[in-house]
Amino acid sequence: MKRTALYSKHLALNAKMVPFAGYDMPVSYSGIKAEHQSVRERLGVFDVSHMGEFFVEGEGAESFLNSLTSNDVAALTDGKVQYSCIPNGQGGIVDDLLVYRYSSTRYLLVVNASNIEKDWKWFFSRKPENVSMYNASDDYSLLAVQGPKTAEALQALCPEVNLADLTYYTFTTGSMAGIAEVIISATGYTGAGGFELYVKNEDAEKLWDAVMAAGEAHGILPCGLGCRDTLRLEMGFCLYGNDINDTTSPIEAGLGWITKFNKSFTDKALLEKQKAEGVSRKLVGFVMQEKGIPRQHYRIADANGETLGEVTSGSESLSTGQLIGLGYVATSHSKAGSEIYIDIRGRLLKAVVTKLPFLK
Amino acid sequence: MEFRLGLKKEKLTFGKTILSMQFPENLKYTKEHEWVRVEGDFAFIGITDFAQGELGDIVFVEINTVGQAMGQDEVFGTVEAVKTVSDLYLPVSGEIVEVNAGLEGNPEAVNTDPYGDGWMVKVKMSNPGEVDGLMDAAAYAAMIGA
Repeated sequence: MKRTALYSKHLALNAKMVPFAGYDMPVSYSGIKAEHQSVRERLGVFDVSHMGEFFVEGEGAESFLNSLTSNDVAALTDGKVQYSCIPNGQGGIVDDLLVYRYSSTRYLLVVNASNIEKDWKWFFSRKPENVSMYNASDDYSLLAVQGPKTAEALQALCPEVNLADLTYYTFTTGSMAGIAEVIISATGYTGAGGFELYVKNEDAEKLWDAVMAAGEAHGILPCGLGCRDTLRLEMGFCLYGNDINDTTSPIEAGLGWITKFNKSFTDKALLEKQKAEGVSRKLVGFVMQEKGIPRQHYRIADANGETLGEVTSGSESLSTGQLIGLGYVATSHSKAGSEIYIDIRGRLLKAVVTKLPFLK
Repeated sequence: MEFRLGLKKEKLTFGKTILSMQFPENLKYTKEHEWVRVEGDFAFIGITDFAQGELGDIVFVEINTVGQAMGQDEVFGTVEAVKTVSDLYLPVSGEIVEVNAGLEGNPEAVNTDPYGDGWMVKVKMSNPGEVDGLMDAAAYAAMIGA
């Protein structure tokens, strides 16, 4: 089991640790509800150092990445970030990722921890001569500081960077808490605003301590993967391995908005056909109308009990108290307002398909 | 994502160490992490401090077995936490005569006061001798590694 550079911090904070993607990770410290609330209302800090980082450089970098990812890399400008996915050549998804552009010849890719090896092989084996790649996953730690008070709390740590100027999905590199060259990225997986901070492992504890101290007056809490999941679900953000995988297409998953047909890329023809002609199933959000929590792999049925698909994620929305889920359903039942039934351990409980995000 | 909450490995659970947990001496315990408090012919039943810690924040407790006569170790309900769902096993045979109505509006009581306001059902025991087969506090604490 791998450990992040912040492992001893988690133990000192009495975190509950669980195995996740080969790492021993904190699932919760003070309780998922309290942590969730701190991010929605104030701020919280997550250790997500398990995420993977690849640097891609060279004359051919832009066209290489454009050929393997679904979004339009050429639309990026220096200092911008793009959400994208890697189609797998058979209509499925290798991974979803963030693409950071330093320049047209230098990019940073941030990928899911569980897919680091798979993604690395996928890119590296297709890399042309004029592109070089470096897997920095074991060099970098990643702190996600999320919540509406984040910029206010962190500003004192980075006098050279005006955090208010960093708009959503942009990044810069600067000194933070006396640590040179921290990658400061206005991104996150919570919908609550905030920054993700990439720092070399040897400086991770120093940055963690500085963030905790800077956030103290604002009520910062250390937050685990448990509330990371409840926060992203309220926003309808896909989780690889749950809502998207090697067998789901970006069009089925509602990721048409990051699938651009003005360029050539893996599965372009197939996905363009899906977009034009429609798909037989779609990923939807739904809200339970009866008391039951939908869980991954629970069956989704119509009013007659006929199978429509299955649940991919579910939880109580800790912000609204609604019982919410994501799942694939037959397209006939994918419109907002459609009545569906979730098979919760043998009982068919009513739910209504709803537009995402759950939390407006 | 689904987290498997192992009951053996981690000595730390939601900000509490096992050593700081309470296992009252006047209760009996099961390997399924329920507790039993006997009052005459009746048994009050809930889940232990350890169990609530493993489950994490509880969303609701679902018990639809009031009025039913059930056997020992039968499933009498489920507890839904944010991350997981768990069955509830009846530690002693008998009729479920009451469900703690307070949990309807305040399921958090299972987290905050598992042996008090967090009690779940009251059972009229049909075979009170079964209580003798349950664990005492020391045996339960030893089982979970406290």
